Amino acid sequence: MTIPDKKTSLGLLRQMMVIRDFEETADKLSLRGKVSGGMHNSSGQEAVAVGVLSALAPLDVIATTHRSHHHTLAKGFTSREIMAELFTRSTGISGGRGASMHLGDVTKGHFGGNGIVGAGVGIAMGAALGIQQKGDKKVSVGFIGDGGMNTGRTWEAVNMAVIWKLPLIVVVDNNQYAVETFVGRVTGGGDLAKRAEGFGMKAFNIDGMDVLEVRKYVSEARERALAGEGPSFINALTYRYYGHNVGEKGQYRTQEEIDTWKSTKDPIDHFTAVVIENGYADQAAIDEMRASVRAEIEDAVAFADASPEPDISTIYDDIDSGKLGVQL
Amino acid sequence: MTTAPTTAPKVQNPNYSEAFQSGVREEMKRNPGIFILGTDLIERGGHFAQVKGIAQEFGHERVKDSPISEAAMVAAGVGAAMYGCHPIVDLNFIDFAFGAMDEILNQAAKIRFMFNGKVPLVIRATSGVALGGAHHCNSLESLFASTPGLSVAVPSTPMDVKGLIKTALRAEDPVIFLMHKKLSGIRGEIADENYFIPFGKAKSIRTGTDAVIISYGYSLVTAQKAAQTLEAEGVSVEIIDLRTLYPLDEQAINDAVKKFGRVVVLDEAPMFGSITAEIAATATERNFSSLKGPIVRVGGARAPISANPAMADAAIPTVASIIKAVKQVMSY
Repeated sequence: MTIPDKKTSLGLLRQMMVIRDFEETADKLSLRGKVSGGMHNSSGQEAVAVGVLSALAPLDVIATTHRSHHHTLAKGFTSREIMAELFTRSTGISGGRGASMHLGDVTKGHFGGNGIVGAGVGIAMGAALGIQQKGDKKVSVGFIGDGGMNTGRTWEAVNMAVIWKLPLIVVVDNNQYAVETFVGRVTGGGDLAKRAEGFGMKAFNIDGMDVLEVRKYVSEARERALAGEGPSFINALTYRYYGHNVGEKGQYRTQEEIDTWKSTKDPIDHFTAVVIENGYADQAAIDEMRASVRAEIEDAVAFADASPEPDISTIYDDIDSGKLGVQL
Repeated sequence: MTTAPTTAPKVQNPNYSEAFQSGVREEMKRNPGIFILGTDLIERGGHFAQVKGIAQEFGHERVKDSPISEAAMVAAGVGAAMYGCHPIVDLNFIDFAFGAMDEILNQAAKIRFMFNGKVPLVIRATSGVALGGAHHCNSLESLFASTPGLSVAVPSTPMDVKGLIKTALRAEDPVIFLMHKKLSGIRGEIADENYFIPFGKAKSIRTGTDAVIISYGYSLVTAQKAAQTLEAEGVSVEIIDLRTLYPLDEQAINDAVKKFGRVVVLDEAPMFGSITAEIAATATERNFSSLKGPIVRVGGARAPISANPAMADAAIPTVASIIKAVKQVMSY
């Protein structure tokens, strides 16, 4: 795998570190009651988010899932506005109306996290249709989990993207467990890329713990989409270090399994080694990076904590434009 | 309430579907971001000829035939709308919305509220009770109207079809646009390209002095027949066409309740949890002292619609049931 230049590589590493620190911090805060509602931790899945978003242009569109802190951070939103959203404060990305599960800002190409499994892929497909209709040179990425591989709307959207050659990239952020259900136990045929191929699209099963591999496959998919060759499907195998929701342990997998993934496949450890081996950084520089990330996340928490609550008188704002009732 | 336009109609005596075509064509010429997506639209023109000829005029990029994938059809419209287009997703029959309920109620309706975006989207479908049996005769308007973020149009004339679809296509909100099956054959004048009907403005379609019927859609046809019979018997009935169910013209309803005090609310949806329940309850809360007696609702049975024509008719309001209701309010 060709390693990108120093600046890019260190950027990828730092972004993964930001996500990890953000998630570990948010998890603790959630257990202390600071986060409203559920909190879906993406620790372990950093390489998928960073690999995908680093291969996109800033104005490319994403739509994602209930577990989307990592995608949103990698899209370029700040730790501050995402932490503030977890705290449901007015300074959050969704103005405090969304919390962990509904991060989004359409004006910046983030078409939303989603509380409904598979819905983000449909919206991303629609965005890809919008891109095609307008003749823009952009792509749309629909993130989905392995749990979304068995809902009908996913494959309706995929089929539509294929027949219309839409610039859509479906990325399966495959952490292998739909809440507590192992993907292999509920997936007919077993091979997700083969399933997608059956719809007539380029499809790949890849290592979602390797940021450069993810980046490479998404870059190629993006090129194909921009060339008018239609959608691609990338099943990135990864692993979720924590429970589905904050505080959940469960009996559905062994501690040994979790420890093995962490000790042998961790995306940050792996890429840190690549960066050091390539001479882009030494251990001191890595430690310094980690410290600056720590400071960033601490600042985000302080910002969120100090941010005002939304004004409850705004509950009726932004439901509709009000323009339908105006005489034109 | 608004009055009829003074501008001369361009197309003489078009039918309900042609009125829709006329409004859509005018707006498509003006806004290249408008496109139509649905099944059997290009050649067939839709099941009700509602877009017949538009593909031939505007090309297959702007009238797209889709697979029968309702969830993906609506999702395609939602995502494209968020991106800046103004799609019309044509479901043919509103019953097919069941395959896309998450996309309509949970996605389209809530994006503006949460994600700093707009969803300029029209979901057009033919609705209402007619022949065809239970799977094609659902009345879903109260479900959509009660969902924050959605607006619902229920035009009853070619004039209103055109005026309302043009407004919908200039706005930036998800609109459920319901055209009644049994109005497909009606003809009437339409206005020129500068005529827009704002949502939330009811219209009096028959003036009267004794009692008022508040309704929408095909029920207005039945109401007119009842009103004629009642007129011969010396009872003068006003009829108000709501035209949109959300936003609802609360002012027109208030005014009518205050003016007449004898109120019948009519539609063909199952009465349990219906729009008529909403109107009657709200009017009673707000204007109880103006009422001469209880508001009478006339509505559909809480029963699936049978394919047998007589059974289907028995499940919805009839001229006789409306006359009975008006006589009831006249008895106070």
